[in-house]
Amino acid sequence: MLIVKDIQVYYGAIHALHGISFEVQQGEIVTLIGANGAGKSTVLKTISGLLRAKSGDVVYTGKSLRNVDPHNIVKLGLAQVPEGRRIFQQMTVLENLEMGAFIRNDRAEIEAGFEQVFQSFPRLKERRKQLAGTLSGGEQQMLAMGRAMMSKPQLLMLDEPSMGLSPILVNEIFSIIAQVHQSGTTVLLVEQNARMALSIAHRAYVLETGRIVKSGDAKELMDDDAIRKAYLGH
Amino acid sequence: MTFVNQIINGLHVGSIYALIALGYTMVYGIVKLINFAHGDIIMVGSYTAMVIMTELTGLPLWVGLLIAMLAAMLVCTTFGVVIERVAYKPLRNTQRIAALITAIGVSLLLQNIAQLIFSPNSLPFPVAIRVPPVAIGEMTISFITLLTITVSVLLMLGLQAFVHKTKIGKAMRAVSEDRDAAQLMGINVSTTISVTFAIGSALAAMGAVLYSTAYPIIIPTMGAMPGLKAFIAAVLGGIGVLPGAMLGGFLMGVAESLTNGYISSQWGDAVVFGILIVVLLVKPSGILGRRTSEKV
Repeated sequence: MLIVKDIQVYYGAIHALHGISFEVQQGEIVTLIGANGAGKSTVLKTISGLLRAKSGDVVYTGKSLRNVDPHNIVKLGLAQVPEGRRIFQQMTVLENLEMGAFIRNDRAEIEAGFEQVFQSFPRLKERRKQLAGTLSGGEQQMLAMGRAMMSKPQLLMLDEPSMGLSPILVNEIFSIIAQVHQSGTTVLLVEQNARMALSIAHRAYVLETGRIVKSGDAKELMDDDAIRKAYLGH
Repeated sequence: MTFVNQIINGLHVGSIYALIALGYTMVYGIVKLINFAHGDIIMVGSYTAMVIMTELTGLPLWVGLLIAMLAAMLVCTTFGVVIERVAYKPLRNTQRIAALITAIGVSLLLQNIAQLIFSPNSLPFPVAIRVPPVAIGEMTISFITLLTITVSVLLMLGLQAFVHKTKIGKAMRAVSEDRDAAQLMGINVSTTISVTFAIGSALAAMGAVLYSTAYPIIIPTMGAMPGLKAFIAAVLGGIGVLPGAMLGGFLMGVAESLTNGYISSQWGDAVVFGILIVVLLVKPSGILGRRTSEKV
């Protein structure tokens, strides 16, 4: 479904990604794990077109995304929940969700989308008229996910959905990710919380300073000694 | 002149400042650029209206004025959008100072083109409205004043409805707040920026016609003063905040009018620029400006 081929990405003079390659098959949950600054977010930004690779390519359902503008990449069925949520704070919860559905025009479908999001996140329904900036951190994460779901993506990319959340909220968010996956959405998950990510994913890639150093079945990586030491804390 | 009359005069000129200030504030909100050429869009609007009204002699003057308004809006919108595409868009991802200097360059370019076409001398703006003043109780208010305030307020209400109720209006707010996040929603940022320049320029065109109807002498550098005052109005209200520009415009107009009436007309401009200095010292974010804080 998604093939990332040997991408080299720079921030000015800083070489951030040194030839990253991986792929995501339809129906999978794939996770990229790694420490802060390993380049995980850079990978997602390159896929969604916010950053451009100096060389290499990103191919989505057979189509190269090299010269596609970010707003058109969304139309191909790729949605991203960005790092730090990036919700529109000065807009209401409902308006944020409407923006998530920007590429869709069928009013009835959009309404159905609201209902679906409110079913997953009942708290958002209570607060739908509130400015998004007044929500708690956990609610903002839910809104960011709901907003991405509104575009009905085939591939949902999540960047650090657990960041800054309490363990209870992290569990809640991950169970929603599992639900979204069960309803037929392919998931690419970027996480620092390797334990949670590996527990939900089918396959995983380990990123270190802009390179993939290990990949494989999520269960196997969970039992890998080096991974346990470096990312799982024992 | 009674105090109330001075206030009404202030609201008259203030509503024009507000219309122009909206263009500054919308553009700043979305591309973080002080568009110094915005004042000269007023000049473009006034000259367009003048040409149309002079050419259309056969029609009743108010029909001519209406057509002139529409023509000014069309021409100004085109100018605004083309200027953004040609001069500012290529600099979108560079340092902000580059676009700022370019804006000053565009301003000078427009003024000089107007001098080439229309000569640097002032020209009369055709007087279209010859309606006697309206008496309300003891007071009389000029028809132009009533028309200006009414039209401006209607346009502002329309703009508020546009940015809160329509899809493209909401997209404008989304892009203003977070351009990258807006792109991830599938919003075309370039189109949204063009729409912003178009609306800001159309409002400036209306401001131009109303301004020239009240002060019927036009000259290629005429945009500088109302442009500068509208910019101060936008800063006073809180740049980037639409209701701030409206409030700032009205406050500026009233302050200027009261100074002219009770102190001296020579002090009007000084007070206006004094306001800018005070705002920058006391509350640089403006009256309705907000400091956004991030939640983690």
